[in-house]
Parts: sequence; structure tokens; C-alpha cells
Amino acid sequence: MTSLLSIVTFLPALAAAILALFLRGEDRAAQANAKWLALVATLATFAASLVLLAGFDPANPGFQFVEERPWIFGLTYKMGVDGIALPFVLLTTFLMPITILACWNVTHRVKEYMIAFLVLETLMTGVFTALDLVLFYLFFEGGLIPMFLIIGIWGGRDRIYAAFKFFLYTFLGSVLMLVAMIAMYVDAGTTDIPRLLRHSFESGPIEILGWQIVGGMQMLLWLAFFASFAVKLPMWPVHTWLPDAHVQAPTAGSVVLAAILLKMGGYGFLRFSLPMFPVASEIVAPLVFWLSAIAVVYTSLVALMQDDMKKLIAYSSVAHMGFVTMGIFAANRQGIDGAIFQMVSHGLVSGALFLCVGVIYDRMHTREIAAYGGLVNRMPAYAAVFSLFTLANLGLPGTSGFVGEFLTLVGIFQADTWVATVAATGVILSAAYALWLYRRVAFGDLIKESLKTITDMDRREKTVFAPLVAMTLLLGVYPSLVTDLIGPTVAELLSHHDAALAAAADAVPGLRLAGN
Amino acid sequence: METVILLAPLAGALVCGLFWRLIGEEAGMVLATAILFLCALLAWIVFLGHDGETQRIVLMRYVDSGSLATDWAIRLDRLTAIMLVVVTTVSALVHLYSFGYMAHDDNWREGEHYRARFFAYLSFFTFAMLALVTSDNLVQMFFGWEGVGVASYLLIGFYWRKSSANAAAIKAFIVNRVGDFGFGLGIYALFFLTDSVNFDVIFAAAPRLAGTELTFLWTGWNAAEIVTFLLFVGAMGKSAQLFLHTWLPDAMEGPTPVSALIHAATMVTAGVFLVCRMSPVIEFAPDAAGLITWVGAATAFFAATVGLVQNDIKRVVAYSTCSQLGYMFVAAGVGVYSVAMFHLFTHAFFKAMLFLGAGSVIRGMHHEQDMRRYGGLRHKLPWTFAAMLTGTLAITGLGIPLTHYGLAGFVSKDAIIESAFAAGPLPVFWLLVAGAAMTSFYSWRLMFLTFWGRPRGDHHTHDHARESPQSILIPLGVLAVGSILAGMVWYGPFFGDEARVRAWFGIPEAAAAAPAEAAAAAPAPAAGHGAAPAAGGHGAGAAAAPPPGAGAIYIGAGTHVLHDVHGVPAWVRAAPFLAMLLGLGLAFQFYIRRPDWPAALARSQRPLYLFLLNKWYFDEIYEAVLVRPAKALGRFLWKRGDGTVIDGTINGIAMGIIPFVTRLAGRAQSGYVFHYAFAMVLGIAILVTWMTLGAGGN
Repeated sequence: MTSLLSIVTFLPALAAAILALFLRGEDRAAQANAKWLALVATLATFAASLVLLAGFDPANPGFQFVEERPWIFGLTYKMGVDGIALPFVLLTTFLMPITILACWNVTHRVKEYMIAFLVLETLMTGVFTALDLVLFYLFFEGGLIPMFLIIGIWGGRDRIYAAFKFFLYTFLGSVLMLVAMIAMYVDAGTTDIPRLLRHSFESGPIEILGWQIVGGMQMLLWLAFFASFAVKLPMWPVHTWLPDAHVQAPTAGSVVLAAILLKMGGYGFLRFSLPMFPVASEIVAPLVFWLSAIAVVYTSLVALMQDDMKKLIAYSSVAHMGFVTMGIFAANRQGIDGAIFQMVSHGLVSGALFLCVGVIYDRMHTREIAAYGGLVNRMPAYAAVFSLFTLANLGLPGTSGFVGEFLTLVGIFQADTWVATVAATGVILSAAYALWLYRRVAFGDLIKESLKTITDMDRREKTVFAPLVAMTLLLGVYPSLVTDLIGPTVAELLSHHDAALAAAADAVPGLRLAGN
Repeated sequence: METVILLAPLAGALVCGLFWRLIGEEAGMVLATAILFLCALLAWIVFLGHDGETQRIVLMRYVDSGSLATDWAIRLDRLTAIMLVVVTTVSALVHLYSFGYMAHDDNWREGEHYRARFFAYLSFFTFAMLALVTSDNLVQMFFGWEGVGVASYLLIGFYWRKSSANAAAIKAFIVNRVGDFGFGLGIYALFFLTDSVNFDVIFAAAPRLAGTELTFLWTGWNAAEIVTFLLFVGAMGKSAQLFLHTWLPDAMEGPTPVSALIHAATMVTAGVFLVCRMSPVIEFAPDAAGLITWVGAATAFFAATVGLVQNDIKRVVAYSTCSQLGYMFVAAGVGVYSVAMFHLFTHAFFKAMLFLGAGSVIRGMHHEQDMRRYGGLRHKLPWTFAAMLTGTLAITGLGIPLTHYGLAGFVSKDAIIESAFAAGPLPVFWLLVAGAAMTSFYSWRLMFLTFWGRPRGDHHTHDHARESPQSILIPLGVLAVGSILAGMVWYGPFFGDEARVRAWFGIPEAAAAAPAEAAAAAPAPAAGHGAAPAAGGHGAGAAAAPPPGAGAIYIGAGTHVLHDVHGVPAWVRAAPFLAMLLGLGLAFQFYIRRPDWPAALARSQRPLYLFLLNKWYFDEIYEAVLVRPAKALGRFLWKRGDGTVIDGTINGIAMGIIPFVTRLAGRAQSGYVFHYAFAMVLGIAILVTWMTLGAGGN
């Protein structure tokens, strides 16, 4: 049990190594072996993560399952999860078997494809379990390499452009984050995340080249991390890589990208920005609020006008992430609970929506909305599943999509009613783009010749959706499954946050009082 | 028992919707219907046995985040009991009716199964509506609120091959979402102010809200006023009040039983229910209550004018519904929530019957809905005619003037008009009286065009017009009994003397609650958010009244309407009846004696006629002002914002940087992945160096 977290994290990588070393050949049998091994490995990982859940004490707000070992170059290998990290670990391990099953029909370089996903799973889980800066950085940046490969090798026509854009956006943020991490090490003398969480970074104003920096050191560090996380999430206006990456990525790639990779940005805000740099967070919060509110309205409007299904869902993802950032920086219980819930829910719902696109893309090889219409005539099961996730996407109560949106709006209302009002228009716009998409794809008479022979979902596809449907409804009806898990940790984070703000209130003029 | 009423329809919906292939389509439908009849029976038992005391049954936890803790729960008080009866009764009858109505449908092809799905949607709707009315907190209420919205969306778009049906379904959902935008903000504000979304806490805090200022958007507002306003925006959407009414007429694209259940008797009254439910807050918000009165009156008048000239039989009834909902809001706005509920209750019977009767006519006429092609049908459809006549007499308000003996609408609608005179601004009273005259006119116009005169459609249709089967006529009969008796039987508890009404709604006597106790009960746990109390402190009237939330509705200390209304002059009490006679007389003149008059009048007053026929051009204005700009803005932001500005800037910067980076990386030609990996390794190397150096230095 002492190394359960490492098992959960590295089991997929182990399977990937076995595939790389021992599996030979490109025939059907070899392909099937690769897929089965990947599926079994991801399922085993999920099972191990359930053991993690069973052994986790939700009442304890600290890190649990902590492992600490010496590592190369005098670095430390340190892992652990708290109530904030665990939902993301579970989300990852839950979605990966589904993802593997979703790419069952791939025939091009199957072994490498499976290896890419398995390595990706390890790296993504590692982001949420690492408790050391260097380790975190390795996982965080390393995760992009398999994603690049997935887009670059198995992607669509313009995959090089998409990968290029992705690279450009991420590069600057990564460099800045690295510099910030070095600075943190210099300041605090450690790379240990729990110790950094207790360290208070200087927040008095400093002067650089004649510029007065409010919030001082904290502000600089905050901005450097922000550059990385904001791109990853993504926030407006650095979101434009996402629609292109989604459009070019294969279905399974899109699922992982939307469902898990984006969450690394939100997790970063919760792990680093808010608790480590509370004063800077407080000062910059209005900026984040407005970027979030603009994201909600702007990308919802843009989503409304898309002709490509994947782009539409990608833009709607940006809008949903807008609720996440405003919830986090509202820095109250409902806001942060809501933000985490929204990320978990979005993982399920947007993943499922990309799978929905995948189902018909596999049949028709187009993502043009105009190429479809009237699918309900021949695909009733598909139409039912698609409608459920459409409704979850627009935040229908009873599905998981509602809880996060509602709680973040409750949270932001306490911080800024203007932002809450602007963002709340998102509930109107999301209904517009989601239902309009559904109408154009599923409703109407089936008149296009090309669709006359389209078939409904087969058994495998139904199996892929079944767990997603179940979780979306379960979390919608009984959200305490998540909020109980995260509650104590969030409460602890907030009490630290408020205490830090109160302590800094004298040093930083004009700081809002904690808890308002 | 209440739990069974709430959950059984959900079970019915799931079994019928998901497993009808296993048990058979017919069996699924029978099961769903049987469950609803059982629920209706139980609901009547609950209703008649209810003593006015508020009970609370907790089922399970729902959204729970810090101090925002909610349960799936049932709050049973008089309001809930009334709604249980209305919802389950009409729903059960509509289920039964649908056996006949949906048996054959030309919108579907041979061999297509649609009936089980239809019944499942109906049952699901019923469940969502019950969840709405039984809620003890705003979040569960919002669940039901949106749940009925989805059911409405699915049922309006039930004929998914029809483009118009799909458009109407989306329109209904989105316009309702505009209302929900306000409702949502109201909930957030209430949580901010009272640190809770549970009714008990909110009601107890209501007097304090009246003395609190909330900074919302650009300025400070009286908390009770702004909250009431925001919640009312939600109610306007759901109940199709002026400005957010445009979805209701289009919703007639759905099958007629849906119109009867959702768009007449139950869902559209959810807004009225919300306002009555929140009466403890609204009583402390006189300005917002005034707004409710005015919007209600304006809607009652506006919808009636449009109803005068519509030709589609269902649209006439739809505008009539819109108009009657306006009456209910007036009653709530002037503070007689019991009367609002009274009209809601009676309206459910006669309006459901008018819709179901219209459905029977439509079915008999082979899905012809244009009244200009009807005529003389009273001989062909005698039972339907009898039912429609009862409904028309009920809605127009036939009764014995100056007494409370009359059909349902006579008692409840006249009660609203009298209350408006007693407590509302005078123009509101006159708007309602004018509305009553027009109600009579368009209702009788519908009757005369449909059942009197000569057949005007094609011969074939008229020759084959046939009376509907038992499954359709029985619900009509039951509703007819309700339309005749509901007003007279329940006059006392809804609109009798004040003591009777108080007892029925479980409101403690004002005298019994000593001022000191009321004041002690009033302040809620202090909201930890720092909503600054304004100088006034508690509302002055708060002390004399019993604590808000003690009964199902709240009658503020300063509200004496229920007392005053029984002393209004005789001419006021007779006015609605006279208006009804006027409308009837005009309709008789126009459509029986001189059938050439309507066309002549439409020609001579063409602008006015077109204005009314096109529903005051609301749809066209919204399309031009909201829909098209939104789309254009979306396209602009996409092409210019994302494309030119953001990508342009970043690509521009990148084009400057990349060659530099590439050179730095030593011409690694093998693609960006390797650039990236290289950068990362470089980064790690720097980090490790730093740390070893740093460690050495320490």
C-alpha cells in the first residue's frame, strides 16, 4: 500500500514498455494484442485508483498516500494526493479505458498508438500526484509530447499546423513557469510542494527598472504560472490553439485533450497560483474574472456560428472553462467546489460529446454539421445518448453539467455581481448553440442520400458510452460524491488563503478584505 | 404517500421509455397511465386531508457545498397540496386522452413506434413538475423548473421531422432560459443575502431583506425588491408574460394533449406558483409587486387583443392562456396570493378542457386547425361541442351576478378583477375588465366559427368528421364537472373571509403571534457576507404580522385586500359580467348575424388588423434586434477576433521568434515535437544545475 500512488501512476507506463519491447509485427493479431493489453492495463489502473479512493480519508485535508524517496541528482521523488488532486486522478483513470475502447477501430500503427496513450496516462496522472516541483514540471510538460505525437501522426489533414500552433502557445508559458519554479526554489530553498504551500512569498511592492510591481515577488511568480496554466486551460484570448488541435486530433485524442489535459491548467491554479500566491491572486482576480466572463460570452457566440462539430464543442469547452477560472479566483467555498465539479463534469460531458462526433465521423468521415440531419431516423440509440450529453452540456439540472455551473455562479456572485451577470448569459447562449447543433444533426427528416444506410451504434460503442451516461446522471443527482471528497481540502485551502490575505492586508494597500 | 406521488411518475417514464420493447408498447402506456391515476387518487387524499400544517420529508442530499446545503425533499403545505391535485389530475386525464388522440398519427410512417416515447415524456414531465412544486429549496425547484422545460422542449418538438416543430421547441427552451437567467441571479442573490437557498431560512430572513441594501451591478438596491424582480423575470419566462411570451403560441406545434397539460394547466402556471411560493419575500417588496401587477395586467390585455384575430384554433386558446396567466399575476401582485392560486386551480380545469376539446375537433377534422375551414360542427361532434360550450361558459364567466354562484371562471376571474379594484391601480382594473370583454369575444368567436354556421372546409373532410372515442370524451367529461363546480365548491377557502383563508393556508392568526415573538423569529442567522444593512432596519409593518413562512402563503401586515375586496361597490362586482355579455353580443353580431362584418372591418382597419394578426410584431422585432445581431457578432468574433486579431498577433510574434529559436536549437529539422522536447530537457538541465549550485552554496 505504501507505493499505491506510484502503481496507479506508472502501471500504464509499464504496459507501454512491455508493448514497446515485446510486441512485434503489424498483423491483426498483434494489433489486437496491443489493444487488449492497453485495455487491461488501463482497467487495472482504474481498479487500483478505486483502492486509492477506498483508502482515502475525505475528512483529512492534508496529503495522503505520501511517498518520498531520494532520486537522481539529489532530487526528491515525492507523490501524494489530497481532496483536490484525487478527483482528477480518478477522472483520468476512469476515462482512459473508455478512450482505449473508443479507438478500437484504428488500424494505422496500432502499437505505437496504444503506447502513446499509455504513456500519456502516466504523465497526466503524474501531474495530479506529484508533490515535487521538478517532478510536476516533468509530468506537466512531458504530457504534451505524446499528445503532439497523437495529433501529428494520427491526426487530420492540417495536423502539422495544429501541432505548430499548440507548440507556439505552450512554449512561452513553459519557459516562464520554469523560471518561476527556479525563483521559488531560490526563495524557499525547497522544491517540496507541501512545504511551498506553507511558505509565504514576499508580497510587498518591489521596483524593477523603474516599474512599481504591486504584489511584488508573488505577482511575478503568479504571472509566470498564469502564462502556462492560462494557455493550457485555455483562457480567452489564448484559446485559439484549442479548436485547431481538436479538429486535427483523432477522436480519442480529442477526448483526452478536452477531458483531462485541459484540467491540468485548472489544477495548476488550485495547486500553485491560489494557495501559494494568495495576495497576487487577490489583486489580479478582477482581471481573471473579466477574462473568464469574456470567454463565456465570446466563445459561446463563436460556437454558435461554427460549421464543424468538433470546433463547436471545442469553443463550448473554452466557455465552460471560463466558469472554472472565475470560480477558482472567486476564492470562496462555492466557487472552488463548483470549479472542481465543473472540471470533473466537463471531463465526462465533453469527452462524451467528442465520442459522439467520433461515432458519426467513423461512418461518414466528415465533421461538417451540414452533412448530417435527421440521424434520429436511423440511429435512435445514438440520438438518445447525444441528446443527453447535449443537455448536460447546456447545464441541465439532474446532469452533472448543472452543479458546477451553478456553484461557480453562486461563488462569483459573492465576489462581483457584474461578472456574475455577464457570465450568467452563458446559460442562454449555451442552450442556443447546443440545441441548434443537435437539431441540425439529429432532427429533421433524413433526406441526404449518403445517410440512408447509416447504422446505429454497435455493442462496443454502447459500452463506451454506458459508464459516461451513468456517471453524468449520478453526479447530477447526487453531487455529494464529489463535494464530500473535496470539501475539507477546499475549506482548508480557503482558511489558509484568508489568513494569508489578512496577514498581508497591511502591506498591500487596497486589498479586498478576506471573505468578502 | 407524498414520496410515491413524486417518484412513481418517474418510474413510469423510465419503464415506458426504456423498456417498452420488452413489455410491449401498449403495456408501457397502460402502466404509465395507471401510475398517474394512482398518483391522482393519492393527491386528492392528501389534498382533502391536509390540515394546513407544513410538513417536510427529506429524501436524499442534493447540492452540498459549504453553507449551501440542499436536499431532495418534499415540502407539503397548502400550496403544494393544491398543485399536486392540479398536476396529477390533469396529467392522468391527458394520459388517458392520449390513448385515443395518439392512436393514429399521419406525422409518422408505417411501423414507427412513437406512442411509448410520447407517454414516457408525459410522465417525465409530470415528475419534473411535481419535483418543482414539492421542493423545499430553490435548487430543487430549479431542477423541476428546467426539467419541465426539457420535457416541454421534447414534446413541442415531438414531430421531429417538422422543421417548424423543431424551431418552436428550441425557441421555447431559449426564451425560457432568458427567464432562467433572471431566476438564477435571484437564487445567487438570495444565497448571498441569507446564506441559504432553503425556503424556511429565506422566509424567516424576509423582513431583514426589506431593510438591507444589495449592491447589484451599478448601484445599491433594496434587497427584497431586487430579489423579487429577478425571480419574477424567471416567472415571466415560464408563464409567458409580456416580452417573454413569444414561445407559447409557437409551442402549439406540439401534439394537442401536450398543449393541454403543459401549455395550459401546469407548466405555464409554474411562474405563478413561484410568485406565490415566494410571497413572504414579495410582501416586503412593494415596488416589485407593483411591477408584477402591471406586467400581469399588460399581458392579460395584450394577449387578449391578439387572440381576437387568430385563425388557428389552438393559437386562440394559447393566447387565451397567456392572457389568463396575466390575471393570475395581477392577483399575486396586489397581494391576494390565495386568489391567484384559485384562478390557477380553476383555470387548469377549463383551459385543459378547451385544449382537449380543440384537440377533439382537430382530430375529427383530420388535423385541420384553421377555424375558417370549420363550421356547423355541433351536429357532427355533439359531445365535444357540449364540453367546449361548458369550457367557454366557464372561461367567459357565466354566473349569477353579485353572488358567488357560477361556473369556475366566473368565481375566480371575477375575484381577481374585484381584488384589482380594491388594491391595484385603477387602470389595471380597467385593463382587466377590457380583457374580460375580449376573452368573451374571442372565446365565442371560436365557438361560433367552429360549431355554428355552414361548413366552410372541403366537403370530404366535413362529411367524414367524426366524434372522438371514449378515451377522449371521458377526460372531457371529468374536466367539465370541474369547470362547473370548482369555483363554487372552493370559493370559501380561496376567497372567502380572511379567517377562513388564513386557516386553510395554515397561516397563524395575526393576533396570536405577539409582535415581540414575530420580531424574534424574523432575523435570520447573520449572513456572513457583509451585506450592509441600510439605515431603516426592519420594515415597520413586520412586527404586527405572523412570522413569514409560517403558512403556505404570507399576507403582509399592511395587506387588507382580502378584507377590502368584499366591500367593493356593486357596479365593480357586476362589471366583469357585463363585459362578458358585451363580448358575447359582439361575437354574436359578427359571426352569426352578420358574418360579412369581420372581413369588412379587417379591410377598413387594415393596419390595426395586421398589427394584431402579427402579434404586435414581437417575433420580427426580436429577430432583428437580438437573433441576427447575435449571429453576426458570433461570426465577427470568430473570423475577425479569433482569426485576425488573436491568431494574427500571435503568429506575427511567432514568425519573429521561431527562426531565432530554431537557430538556437541547432537546426533540429525533425519537427516541432523535438524542438519542444529539446526545450524541456534544456529547462530541466538548467533547473538541476541551479539546484545543485544552490545546494552547494547553502
